[in-house]
Amino acid sequence: MSDQLYQERIVALAKAKSGAGKLENPTRTVRRDNPLCGDRVILDVRLDDEGRIAEIGHQVRGCLLCQASASALSAVAVGRDAAGIAELRHDAERALGREPGETHEPFDAFAPVAAHKARQDCVLLPLEALKDALS
Amino acid sequence: MSFDVAAIRGQFPILSEIIDGLPVHYLDNGASAQTPLAVMDAVRHYETTGRANVLRGVHRLAERATESYENARAQVATFLGVPTMEVVFTGGCTAAINLVAFSYGSLLKPGDRILLSELEHHSNIVPWQLLRSRAGIELDMLPVTTDGRIDLSALPRLLTPKTKLVSLAHVSNVTGALLDVRTVVESAKAVGAKVMLDGAQRAPHGPLDLPSLGIDFYAVAGHKAYGPNGIGALWGRPELMEAMPPFMGGGSMIGRVTLAETTWAPSPRRFEAGTPPIGPAIGLGAACAWMETLDWAGAHDHEMALVQRLMDGLQEIDGTQLFGPASLQNRYPVVSFMLDGVHPHDVAQTLDSFGVAVRAGHHCAQPLMDRFDLDGTTRVSMAPYNDNGDIDALLAGVAHAAKTLR
Ligand SMILES: Cc1ncc(COP(=O)(O)O)c(C=O)c1O
Repeated sequence: MSDQLYQERIVALAKAKSGAGKLENPTRTVRRDNPLCGDRVILDVRLDDEGRIAEIGHQVRGCLLCQASASALSAVAVGRDAAGIAELRHDAERALGREPGETHEPFDAFAPVAAHKARQDCVLLPLEALKDALS
Repeated sequence: MSFDVAAIRGQFPILSEIIDGLPVHYLDNGASAQTPLAVMDAVRHYETTGRANVLRGVHRLAERATESYENARAQVATFLGVPTMEVVFTGGCTAAINLVAFSYGSLLKPGDRILLSELEHHSNIVPWQLLRSRAGIELDMLPVTTDGRIDLSALPRLLTPKTKLVSLAHVSNVTGALLDVRTVVESAKAVGAKVMLDGAQRAPHGPLDLPSLGIDFYAVAGHKAYGPNGIGALWGRPELMEAMPPFMGGGSMIGRVTLAETTWAPSPRRFEAGTPPIGPAIGLGAACAWMETLDWAGAHDHEMALVQRLMDGLQEIDGTQLFGPASLQNRYPVVSFMLDGVHPHDVAQTLDSFGVAVRAGHHCAQPLMDRFDLDGTTRVSMAPYNDNGDIDALLAGVAHAAKTLR
């Protein structure tokens, strides 16, 4: 067996389920599907007056990587605006080896996915959804 | 009886490869089967000793190519149990279904109906939806039972005098269920509807006798039946094929072309416009000939023993659930399952790290997944060359996923 992908940190992020669930009064709700694998993310966000994320809730119907990514994202999204979320996206891209540079918590946990090109969209789907919610 | 799996495995070089340090436990045959040396040799023989275009040249290579191509048609026809000139080579199973949807479809009138089922592969749904938007026909859907079979008790309700065609999977690519063709044909004929079977998942499990089925069209995918990619076959009842206009226009399919008008060649040429995939057709012919050499009664028993081993093993893993017939009767070795709390893609990815190849997801049958509210399934699809070692490696991988991912 060569079990490189599902390392403890990714599994722990998925199990933590940070931000899992719906929000009561979301400012925006967006849904993103990956037609290839059927993963689906529904994101609720509540924004403050300056367009920063005050609260975030996600419902993921998808694989462990997608769940872990939504959980990681929710853990660090509050207080960020669109530019701040774009910075997280770069962090995820760096973890996946698609951009040069150093990655940070929590997206550095996804470094094992760099070797699994077919699964990278699973990690990026929640970030795509959040970008939609903020645009 | 003893079915010699080792002898068959020996004919598939890829099965003894070590890839990234892992053996090849190939259980994704429903997506694409592996190909035996006999097929590779036949294609190589054409490419090295007889490569040329078909039907167009008088030189000896062209003659060799034409002879090999037509010989391949005969091999496919023998496998299907039909006369040689009733077999049309297509680009694949999808292409064969689209051909019927276009050419037979162009004979239909607004208000005519086509009956499909909820477990069809997208390639037996979307071509008919395209026809619906083009021609104003209507589609009806047979429901699916909880054990993953097409529910034929709905036939009387859904078949009407307006129904012109019933098009169903001979074997489901998700549940392995075998269609009760006799019942479908009897009911369809009673209202004057034609019957087409999508044989993509049936053809890899042995020779057919299409005339005995009483059907009108049959579609086959080469790459799932141990042949090359980019080739498939369509059989159609000759009187229907002769009445159908071409699907594509081009060379080789004409009677005579003038700028004012063109007359069509008879089938099969009418439906083989342009230079066909000659090498792949020769490979498919060889694959059919290779399948004819197998002991299919033995192979089927062997495959069903693997299905039983798989089902028994899965039952011992907490939280697994089968989706499909629990019985070994009227089924083929395609088995879908779910593991509670673990997404099918994560099951499949874990299995990959055990050297086990399976397919996970919706299997191009989204309406079926929606019907049962599934995220997808993990699908194990077998061929005669699979063995107990493949199943045991898979079970070890599923047990590992169950332990680590939830
Ligand atoms: C039942 C069924 N029909 C049709 C197809 C389409 O075959 P192809 O993609 O080779 O044209 C498949 C392939 O997955 C299938 O399983």
